[in-house]
Amino acid sequence: MINLTINDKAVEVVEGTTVLEAAQQLKIDIPTLCHDPRLKPFGACRLCIVEIGGMAKPVTSCTTPAASGMVVKTNSQKLYRLRRTTVELLLSDHPNDCMTCIGTGDCRLQELAYFYGIRKNRFEGAMRDHNRVDANPFITREQNKCVMCGLCVRVCEEVQGVGAIGYAERGFEAKVIPPFGQDLNCEFCGQCVSVCPTGALSARLWSGKPRMEGVKFTDTTCGYCGCGCNLTLRSHGNQVIRVDSAADNHNRGWLCVKGRFGFDFIGSADRLKTPLIRKEKGGKFESATWDEALDYVAKRMNEIKGKHGPDALAGLCSARCTNEENYLFQKLFRAVIGTNNIDHCARY
Amino acid sequence: MTNSVAEIADNEALFVIGSNTTENHPIIALRMKEAVKKGAKLIVADPRRIPLVKFATLWLRQRPGTDSVLLNAITNAILIEGLEDKEFIAARTEGYADFVQSLESFTPEYGEEITGVPAQDIRQAARIYGSAKNAGIYYAMGITQHVMGTYNVHAVGNLALVTGNVGKRAAGVNPLRGQNNVQGACDMGGLPNVYPGYQKVDDLGVKEKFEKAWGKTLSGRIGLGATEMTGAMLSGQLKGMYIFGENPALSDPNTTHSLKAFANLEFLVVQDIFMTETAQLADVVLPGVSFAEKEGTFTSSERRVQRVRKAVNPPGLAKADLFIIDQIAKRIDGLGDLNATPLPEEIFAEVAALWSSIAGISYGRLEKESLRWPCPTKDHQGTEYLFKESFTRPGGKALFTPVPFVSSKELPDKEYPFVLTTGRELFHYHTGTMTRRSAGLNAVAPEAFVEVNPMDAEAMGLADGQKLTVSSRRGSISLKARVSGIVPPHVVFIPFHYREAAANLLTSDAMDPVCKIMEAKVCAVKLEIT
Repeated sequence: MINLTINDKAVEVVEGTTVLEAAQQLKIDIPTLCHDPRLKPFGACRLCIVEIGGMAKPVTSCTTPAASGMVVKTNSQKLYRLRRTTVELLLSDHPNDCMTCIGTGDCRLQELAYFYGIRKNRFEGAMRDHNRVDANPFITREQNKCVMCGLCVRVCEEVQGVGAIGYAERGFEAKVIPPFGQDLNCEFCGQCVSVCPTGALSARLWSGKPRMEGVKFTDTTCGYCGCGCNLTLRSHGNQVIRVDSAADNHNRGWLCVKGRFGFDFIGSADRLKTPLIRKEKGGKFESATWDEALDYVAKRMNEIKGKHGPDALAGLCSARCTNEENYLFQKLFRAVIGTNNIDHCARY
Repeated sequence: MTNSVAEIADNEALFVIGSNTTENHPIIALRMKEAVKKGAKLIVADPRRIPLVKFATLWLRQRPGTDSVLLNAITNAILIEGLEDKEFIAARTEGYADFVQSLESFTPEYGEEITGVPAQDIRQAARIYGSAKNAGIYYAMGITQHVMGTYNVHAVGNLALVTGNVGKRAAGVNPLRGQNNVQGACDMGGLPNVYPGYQKVDDLGVKEKFEKAWGKTLSGRIGLGATEMTGAMLSGQLKGMYIFGENPALSDPNTTHSLKAFANLEFLVVQDIFMTETAQLADVVLPGVSFAEKEGTFTSSERRVQRVRKAVNPPGLAKADLFIIDQIAKRIDGLGDLNATPLPEEIFAEVAALWSSIAGISYGRLEKESLRWPCPTKDHQGTEYLFKESFTRPGGKALFTPVPFVSSKELPDKEYPFVLTTGRELFHYHTGTMTRRSAGLNAVAPEAFVEVNPMDAEAMGLADGQKLTVSSRRGSISLKARVSGIVPPHVVFIPFHYREAAANLLTSDAMDPVCKIMEAKVCAVKLEIT
């Protein structure tokens, strides 16, 4: 174990802990932009700088391992000024369009600008012009808003193992692109979108939909495969508008393309909206009320049961529906109809 | 899964067989990639060069349908090399001597002859899997959807038992569940032979327990399995069906046969969210709701029970499925208050009282956490992996099961010279009712295709993207060729998501005699350029 002091508070941490993590153990807030505990430390944004006794200059706490006897300061006037300047520099070539930006309310850069009260920028000058149109149906890139934190590049490589994007050019022209600047052609898991701290990466499906105002958040479980990923559905009125996943759940916030971007079927115009009855074989479906439909089903099933016995009826319940529904369905067949002719698609 | 997903990252060796994990369980695959990054060795056994092969230490390309021989040969090689866990075998298993005898003929060389995997690779797989301190096996429908599917699963189990890789952390026998709640549908008794919690319907004591709980006389006769229902519909034994949230008219192997069966029914009710291929055959269609419009729980592959919560209201007159099922039950029975609908949490509590493995789980607890069963008491934290102390057999020991060589039912011949294997792709889910209505997904994966090896393509004069007619003894579909080394020569692959070129019109409904699964992974087809 390693003992160190941060802001005059003693803390004990295990070997390999960074100064940032040690501070977080003490619930000390250090601003970061390029840090994600699920990824390797990177040290790009320089916001997490701290002063360490005996070191000449401030160092990035995310890449500095805690050492015995360290005396760390995270909140001096000097650090405040340095951090403020860093944010100012980031904003100096950032489109100041928070009013219309899709990231508003969900943007760490915006929060930092607010925190440091940056209204006017001392570093006026050229703005980048990296914008391009993406033809892919999932991910929109607004690279003028990129802060080169590298989170997207790292999550794609470290977590997804795909490496679809990388850095190109240097200095002011530096940008994140797929090989040869082509459009994205990847698994479209959207991990990159989920870690982007600004509005640089967003989903096409979110475009034009409410950002925060009037948006309801519902924690639930994905309805696709058996991984059981936790989802947070963002809805507005009666429409699901976005799917997220919290970083502290068992799937660590990672989703696949279906879970993250495959939700528009919910509001599909094809959804069945009324009970339908076909009274004669080969006839047409006709709309019915619930009472008509339910009574008709009960009547026909009772007729079959009465004439041919309970084993002339069978049910298929569903691997896509809830436990409670499946339980009630098999109980209906076993206890009410009186047959064990009940199965589902576990074998398909 | 005997073990949990997070443990995968700590496996020293992983053996993935018959699972295209990155496409079908993408988030579970992330843990596999993490394990490889941490230094674990990954063996992938699949006739196709699936994306996971890129991360593999060793790729075994067995001929479709020869999985059990491959597994037997690897187990045999483990014994030859002396890598078995003698202590575990002695303390925790039964039937070992007979099993060893049954393995005798499955030498690596015999394995090579049958599976096409070089004997030296079989030996290397044995060394990697057998010498790891803890190794997990991960499989899916590539193992089960065969006429010898039950044997394949036994062969997987034998391999894990011989090396003592069950009942400990970061190891195990792990079937990956294809749908969000296959685990739950099984747990809840959505099976013809068991009540909720895998309690047998033909066990008198169990039957009495449920008769008392439900206040009804119950049938002790094992019911028909889904795959047997087709035959029963055709013979006239089955007259009426109620299908809830399933689309067998597209997912059933040999669909033409099942369509005839459905047409033979006197009465069919389908409850779904879309007018599926199955709903189109119904006499009554009841509009249910999607996962975003209801309250309940799902149970994931790792036995994790989790809440599903309502975010939006259903469209039109669509009603919560629980309401519909409850109403039908009450109206058939002529009993019960039609103005009352049971709450999901009350129903969960009812099951928890009937099945000890979830007795400790309640909506109150699920509000704050998710729990993996067994979770028998209110203060139990759930179970990370199964069989730590003992197995669920009388005596508590695991049983080795000798696995003979069984051939696939339909092998290629002169008329139908190719093996067809089916599966899924990343961008679609099952019969596509949801994903094909999601614009982005349908834009990147808009149409069906058949993968053909470049060697076969050249022999046929077939160009990439050209239209092909693929026919089996049961049907014929037309779709584009994707010329690709993903499939080996003489094997073609078709994803089954697409109704306009439904792979299951071709697949065979030959059945595993024990678990009644159909042989969707192997049948014989011919290709014609159109």
